[in-house]
Amino acid sequence: MKLSKILKNGFLIVVACLALSACATSKKSTGQMQGDVYTGTDTVEYLASGVPDRVFFATNESVLTTASRETLRKQAAWLRKNSKITIVLEGHADERGTREYNLALGERRANAAKDYLMTYGISSDRISVLSYGKERPVDSGSNPLAWSKNRRSVTVKAN
Amino acid sequence: MKKFLTILIFILIPVKSFGLIEVDITRGNLNPLPIAVSPLSIDEESRKNFQNILKKKNIGSEISLIVENNLKVSGLFNPLNKDAFLQEPDIANLKPRFEDWNLIKAQALITGKVTYVEEKLRVEFRLWDVLAGKEMMALAFTTVPNNWRRVGHIITDKVYERLTGEKGYFDTRIIYVAEEGPKTQRVKKLAIMDQDGANNKFLTLGNELVLTPRFNPTSQLVTYLSYFRNLPRVYLLDIETGTQEVVGDFPGMTFAPRFSPDGKKIIMSFAKDGNSEIYTMDLENRIVEKITNHPSIDTSPSYSPDGKFISFNSDRSGYQQIYVMKSDGSNVKRISFGKGIYGTPVWSPRGDLIAFTKLHKGKFYIGVMRTDGSGERLLTENFYQEAPSWSPNGRVLIFYRETKTDSKGKGFSAKLWSIDLTGYNERQVPTPTDGSDPSWSSLLSN
Repeated sequence: MKLSKILKNGFLIVVACLALSACATSKKSTGQMQGDVYTGTDTVEYLASGVPDRVFFATNESVLTTASRETLRKQAAWLRKNSKITIVLEGHADERGTREYNLALGERRANAAKDYLMTYGISSDRISVLSYGKERPVDSGSNPLAWSKNRRSVTVKAN
Repeated sequence: MKKFLTILIFILIPVKSFGLIEVDITRGNLNPLPIAVSPLSIDEESRKNFQNILKKKNIGSEISLIVENNLKVSGLFNPLNKDAFLQEPDIANLKPRFEDWNLIKAQALITGKVTYVEEKLRVEFRLWDVLAGKEMMALAFTTVPNNWRRVGHIITDKVYERLTGEKGYFDTRIIYVAEEGPKTQRVKKLAIMDQDGANNKFLTLGNELVLTPRFNPTSQLVTYLSYFRNLPRVYLLDIETGTQEVVGDFPGMTFAPRFSPDGKKIIMSFAKDGNSEIYTMDLENRIVEKITNHPSIDTSPSYSPDGKFISFNSDRSGYQQIYVMKSDGSNVKRISFGKGIYGTPVWSPRGDLIAFTKLHKGKFYIGVMRTDGSGERLLTENFYQEAPSWSPNGRVLIFYRETKTDSKGKGFSAKLWSIDLTGYNERQVPTPTDGSDPSWSSLLSN
């Protein structure tokens, strides 16, 4: 599934981990969180070399952290260089909330990323937003680290 | 579905209201009423006819099993073992020998008869008070043979109503989301079944993600969220014809739909630019109205049964809390003030309570409070559970529960559960696959 997506997009760059579930267990104890925001790279894919595809959020929050803003600036620079690329920002929440609220929260998170990209010169015409709420976790664990990986906005190439 | 209308009910003998047995459903019932459900008697010719049509050896016994199961699952009754019955079904239906039924400690007795009349199923049944030695009720219906399961549910509704003084909830259906596959890639389909889990049918194929189906209280329409073409939108589905359509023309995600009590409007959230507001759309004239106006997340709206108020959850105070407003959006008042986060308010069909989901210190609760927020009562605590939906008589809540996965991320499941308003009688509702987002229909017959 993951692999086919990467191949389809024509990118085959550093893939931190293909077998996600195996990863979750082996790296669980490394404490890749600051507060409850995920800071690791387990699930991160790359849009181009050095351009991570996702940013992470604190519980119930849609505020961009310093690290998230840095990631989004890299994405903006890459999008400026590749002006024909359009993107979907997929907003997600962890499983510790009601389904409907999480749909709204995912939308809010993806829009936080969108707003930031726009302030770095990316036209809103190139960005669409899609919330998955808690429907598409990347880590199936029921623990704080897994939840931190799932609270995310992922930038996906749309064309 | 049209067949539902063809059920005819008439009273054989006027119901006399003596001070006979009563079941109190306002408290947790630790002593369910012992009741004997005698198999419905059937003459040999009718039995053969129904065996041909329905492939059931003895339809009288099958119907009585449905009644028995309903009564047992309600938690209010204790159906007695048929092996102990001394009297034959046909004779019991004419005149029970009350001493025999008393001997096995039955306080109430149901008897009846099934006959094949002009290609139809005719059922009569009687409810007897064993201690008083009196008939409490006698009814008969005629319907198409395929409706035999519903006959069992209708009998249960009548018995429940006679003994508790409140409408039943057995001749109803549940629409829900059937789930399969790994947690990271769940395949979800709309599914519908009778309240006892029978007649399960899938309404979508699982090609797109579907969420939160809800019944129209007055018709065979369902509203739900579908990710068709990766555009999450509220849809309307006619479960009789299978036709569906998008609700409204919104430039973004619409979600959290429910019908108004008269079935004429859909209330839902529309998310745009990071802000979710509540809207209604009139299904007749298609007029869209914006109800809330606040830069916070406003979602999970639910009307009061008189249509005058709307409850919803909002994080305008910083965290998700429950609010009530007039149906035009004015007079917004926060009603949840306990510790924790509150969501998914749903107004009881009786109008006096709001059921909700609460998250506090890492645990999820299903609870109820009065419509002004007072009298909060938590019914059940678990790792994860949410989205209560009321039985049409306001006595039972159905919701879904998800399990915690282990350290390898395995062991995930989602199941439907029900619990009485009393906090007793918690049960898993059987579904062929995993299930979530249940919504309870109105009574199909009245």
